[in-house]
This record gives sequence, C-alpha cells and structure tokens, in this order.
Amino acid sequence: MSVFIDNSTRLLVQGITGRDGSFHTRQMIEYGTQVVAGVTPGKGGQRFDDSVPIFNTVAEAVRETGANTSVIYVPPPFAADAIMEAADAGVKLVVCITEGVPVLDMTVVYPFVQEKGVRLIGPNCPGLITPGESKVGIIPGRICTPGNIGVVSRSGTLTYEVVYQLTRAGMGQSTCVGIGGDPINGTNFIDVLRAFEADPRTKAVALMGEIGGTDEQEAAKFVSEHMSKPVVGFIAGQTAPPGRRMGHAGAIISGSSGTAAEKIQAFQDAGMGVAQRPMDFVKLLQERM
Amino acid sequence: MNIHEYQAKEIFREHGVPIPPGEIATTPEQAEEIATRYGKPVMVKAQVHAGGRGKAGGVKFCKTPADAREKATAILGMDIKGLTVEKVLVTEAADIASEAYVGIIVDRANKKPVFMVSAAGGIDIEEVAATTPEKILYVPVDVRYGLRTYQAMQMGFFLYDDVKKARAAGKIMQQLYSAFMASGASLAEINPLVVTPEGGLIAVDGKMVIDDNELDRRPEVEELRDESSEAPSEVDARKANLTFIKLDGNVGCVVNGAGLAMATMDLVKYYGGEPANFLDIGGSSNPEKVVNALRIITADPNVKAILFNIFGGITRTDDVANGIVTATSQNPLKVPIVIRLTGTNEEIAVKILEENGFAAMTDMDAAVQKAVQLATTGGAK
Repeated sequence: MSVFIDNSTRLLVQGITGRDGSFHTRQMIEYGTQVVAGVTPGKGGQRFDDSVPIFNTVAEAVRETGANTSVIYVPPPFAADAIMEAADAGVKLVVCITEGVPVLDMTVVYPFVQEKGVRLIGPNCPGLITPGESKVGIIPGRICTPGNIGVVSRSGTLTYEVVYQLTRAGMGQSTCVGIGGDPINGTNFIDVLRAFEADPRTKAVALMGEIGGTDEQEAAKFVSEHMSKPVVGFIAGQTAPPGRRMGHAGAIISGSSGTAAEKIQAFQDAGMGVAQRPMDFVKLLQERM
Repeated sequence: MNIHEYQAKEIFREHGVPIPPGEIATTPEQAEEIATRYGKPVMVKAQVHAGGRGKAGGVKFCKTPADAREKATAILGMDIKGLTVEKVLVTEAADIASEAYVGIIVDRANKKPVFMVSAAGGIDIEEVAATTPEKILYVPVDVRYGLRTYQAMQMGFFLYDDVKKARAAGKIMQQLYSAFMASGASLAEINPLVVTPEGGLIAVDGKMVIDDNELDRRPEVEELRDESSEAPSEVDARKANLTFIKLDGNVGCVVNGAGLAMATMDLVKYYGGEPANFLDIGGSSNPEKVVNALRIITADPNVKAILFNIFGGITRTDDVANGIVTATSQNPLKVPIVIRLTGTNEEIAVKILEENGFAAMTDMDAAVQKAVQLATTGGAK
C-alpha cells in the first residue's frame, strides 16, 4: 500500500519534449515508473526516445493508452490550461511541477478540478514518490528507500534533505509528497495526512511546513483530532523578516497568522513532535514509533 | 511587486474609480507649482514602498502653495523604514465626512479573491481585524462569474444606509475588482474611501501589489517597477534570475530552493550566527548563476564567511562547483567559504572543487556550524 501512486500508476507527461520534461521523463522511466504517453501539441505520432508515444492532446493520450495520472512540465503561461486539459480528459491525479503559475490562474483552475473530482498536486512542487514503485515528478530517486515514514512538505530541496537523512538512518519512506509552495495549490497537508492515516504501510509522518498562511495550523488541528499515527513537524523561515516574499510565493508573513512561532505553537498544542533542525526528524520519529 | 500609490491610483482611475486630481513632484518647486495650479489645499504624500508613511511624517496637509513647498522640502529625502523618499504625490485635499476601507486580496484559505470592507476606514485594517472583527465584511468572489452586482450592493449597504451612497460604493467595488483582475494583482486597496460633505465618494489613498508571476505577460505593469525604491543588490539579483533578500548578518548563504534556503538561515541562527541574506539560485542551475550569486554576496562588506548549501536534484552540483571555481578565479575571495553539496553529479563536483583547492562537505549541520564559527572568529581557514 502507499499513497496516491504505486506500481499500477500509468503516467502521461505533458511537455514531454521540453528541456525539463524530457530530462525528468528519462529519470522517471529509469526509476521504474510506467510512462505510457507524452503530450506535445504538434508532435503527435512521434515517439519519445523511440519508445513512449506522443500525442497532440491529453484526451487522445488517455483514450489510446489508459493513462490515469498526468505530470506537467509546461512553461508557466500554459500551466493552468494544461491542468484543466488533464482534468477534463479524465485522469484522476494531476501533478503540476511548473513554478511561476500566476495565482489568479489558479483561482480558475482550483474550482474546475474540484468539480471534476480530480486530485491536483502542486503547482510549484517536486511531485511525489513511492519508493521502489513509482515516481512522478523530480524527487531524486536514489535518496529514497522503501519503508514506513510518510513525508509531506511544502518545499522541494528541504524535502530531499530530510528524506536523505531518514534514508541514511535506515528509516525508509512509504510515500513522499511535495504539495508545493504556492498560495493556492490543489492538495494540502490535511489531504495528505488523511491518506497517510488510512495507509496501512505508513507508521509515522514527517511534515515540513513554512512561514505564511495557516495550512500548518489547520494540519496541527487535524493531527490532534483525527490522527492516531505520530507526526513530527518542522517550520522553515523562523529567521525570515516579516512582509518579504522568500522565493516561495506562499512564504510571506503578513499579519499575525503566518509566523513560525505561531505554527510551532500549534504543533506543540497538537502533541506533535517539533524538529528544531532538519536533522532532528530521525531522533524524534524514532522516539515515537 | 509593489507599486507606488500614484501608480495604483492611475490604474484605479483608468477603471473608473473616482480619484482626486494629483501629480508627482520630485522637487519642492514642482510641489508648489502644482498646488498653485490646483488653487486649493493639497496633501503632500511620500511615495515609498513602506507602510506607516503617515506616522513617519511622510504625509502632510498643506493649506497654501508655500506650505506645500515647505512640506515637500521636509519630505523629499526623508528616510522611511530605510527607504529614501524621492517623489511626492501632490493631490487635492478632500473634505472628509466619513472614511471606509475597501480591499481585495487573493486568499489562500478560500482560494479566491476576497473583498474586505469596513466602515472603520482610514486606519490599519489588521488592527480592525484584531480588535473588532465584526466591523469587517468578507465577500469571496468566484472569478468565473466575477463580482456580481448583488455582492457589490451587499458591501455597499454594509458601509452606507443611504441607497445612493451604497450604489455608488457598489460601483466602485466593481471598478476596483476590474482593476485588480486586469493588473494581475494579489492585493488592491482603497483606504480610505471617503464620503465628502456633499455626499460624493472618492478614493483618497490607493495601494496595489502585483503577483510577480504575472509580470512576464503584462509588460505594461512591469514598466511600473521603480528600481530606485529597491535595494541595489536585490535589483542586481533579480536581473540575474536569483531570488535574493538582503539581511543584516555576516554569514552569506547560497542555497538551491526556497525551503532549504530558509532552513539554512534558521540553522545559522540556531548555531549562534546571523544570515547576511536569503539567496535561492533556483532549480535549474548553470555556472553563471553561481558566479552572479557570489558577486552579489561578496559585495556586502558585512559578510565574513560564505556558506554554500546545495542539494542537487534538478540542480547539478558540478554546475555549482564550476561556478565557484570560475567566480573565485576572476575575483579571489577575501573571506572563508564553506561548501556543502550533495546529490546529482556529486562525485564530479567534489573532484572539481578539490582540484581547485576547495574542500567539500556533505553534511548540512556540520557545514553550517563551520561557517558560523568562521564568521565569528574572522577565521583563518
């Protein structure tokens, strides 16, 4: 068991012939992900690396290959449309890696995917990986190892850092999910926590949050009310100056509801472990399992 | 991206929002000339990207043109929260019967633009929200349908009992919404929206923040950027496609990824140091980015040690190593450097660094401790 993706995932790649799309498609195939189709308008009928069939539209790719998941590597101006195209074509999971999607575009996309009943992860995220089974996105496969820690994070490289330390300590992962750093994203902490709670393989959860917004506070509330499994949290941005955007559009402190102190307090109130440093996860998780 | 009050008001005006006449002055003489032409009392208002301009003495009422000249003399060149005032807006002073607040933000929780209106205008809306939240009405807008007339009227009646005023306010809400959507804003605010003694409505102050992700497709909005109101190092970094924020500490940080960059800064602080900056070289690396990053960081005289923390995913660590070698051969470093890298092409990167006399570390915690120690002791390597 795992969360959202496993070895039955049939993936299509939107933007498969682009610079990032082609590089990461090869990485995903090498990892063992079943990449069944690519989409690049105008290149329908060709094959990627002489193997993966390319289609002009997502609808055609889904019809011909039975793809059930899509990953998006298209440039920001086209990302919103790519998400909607995938949702409309009937895939059940859409993972948008693209960084720099205008937030007003997401105000249109979000209700659309909700109404279609499609799970969206991202945008501006590293995707997800179920170690040993499938990887969708850009998380480096070799830092992961199969196991029973669920990992959920708003960040990319910080996730890698923590996963790398877990792996070195012999603590494998069930699934790692990067939900992305943008103010409006498809899947939030609670969605992933709920899935980890229901997943028999997952025994404990590592959660990496950031300053800005109230998602971590809501996640903490969910943990205290609905989670039987231990959760350890970390907040990046404790030293960030207020009112400044720190790369992630989401990571901006405005007003009182987004500070690191407030989020850490919420974790403590919920009985979660609080990692002061990324390296503290290993010890805190071990103590709780 | 922040824009100035006068720029936000110009956008509002284009969308029909009633705005008092105003012009920009960069000298006291211009301020006097504008005030003379208006033949009425004016406000002289500092144009800087900082809140609390009024409290800082950057907004003044002027009865006469000579008064405007005098106040402009005081305000131009004034320092407000570290920013020098280079322009003032000279605008007709409105007679005020009552003040309201009208704002729109993109709200994370609702995943929609949300209007906030309050009859308690003219003051800090965060303060109203904290002390008397019942005085604010929130109206989320589904962008697929836009702001409907009934929603605008609901807000109009929340602010004013009189139907004429409510209708006029509702019209302003719709104009503000259209300005917000057309500019790719993440915030648009009228504070205060004023009722004059004659019963007319007028937007006396305006503010807008633009979503940086919109700028590529809105060159006309990008043109509003005022580089003189940003830190020169931040302008430099933006042009090099780096996300950089200058801070006051002495450990210069170069990191890939925003989350890891913040965590690195936090860890510097944890070990008793202070980060000199936030710097994210972004996902896809090239050596040129690293060269620019080092140039920007070493230009800060406060930096006593440089810390690289790179976790290669998309970023290839050999690109980073090559960048470090290139940059330091062009401009030899005057401060110690600690390089931590792991991930994609790590073996190649370590080889490049060692061949050029640099040590490479693989552990983040150890690297941060070492950088803090070097910055504090002024460190011989």
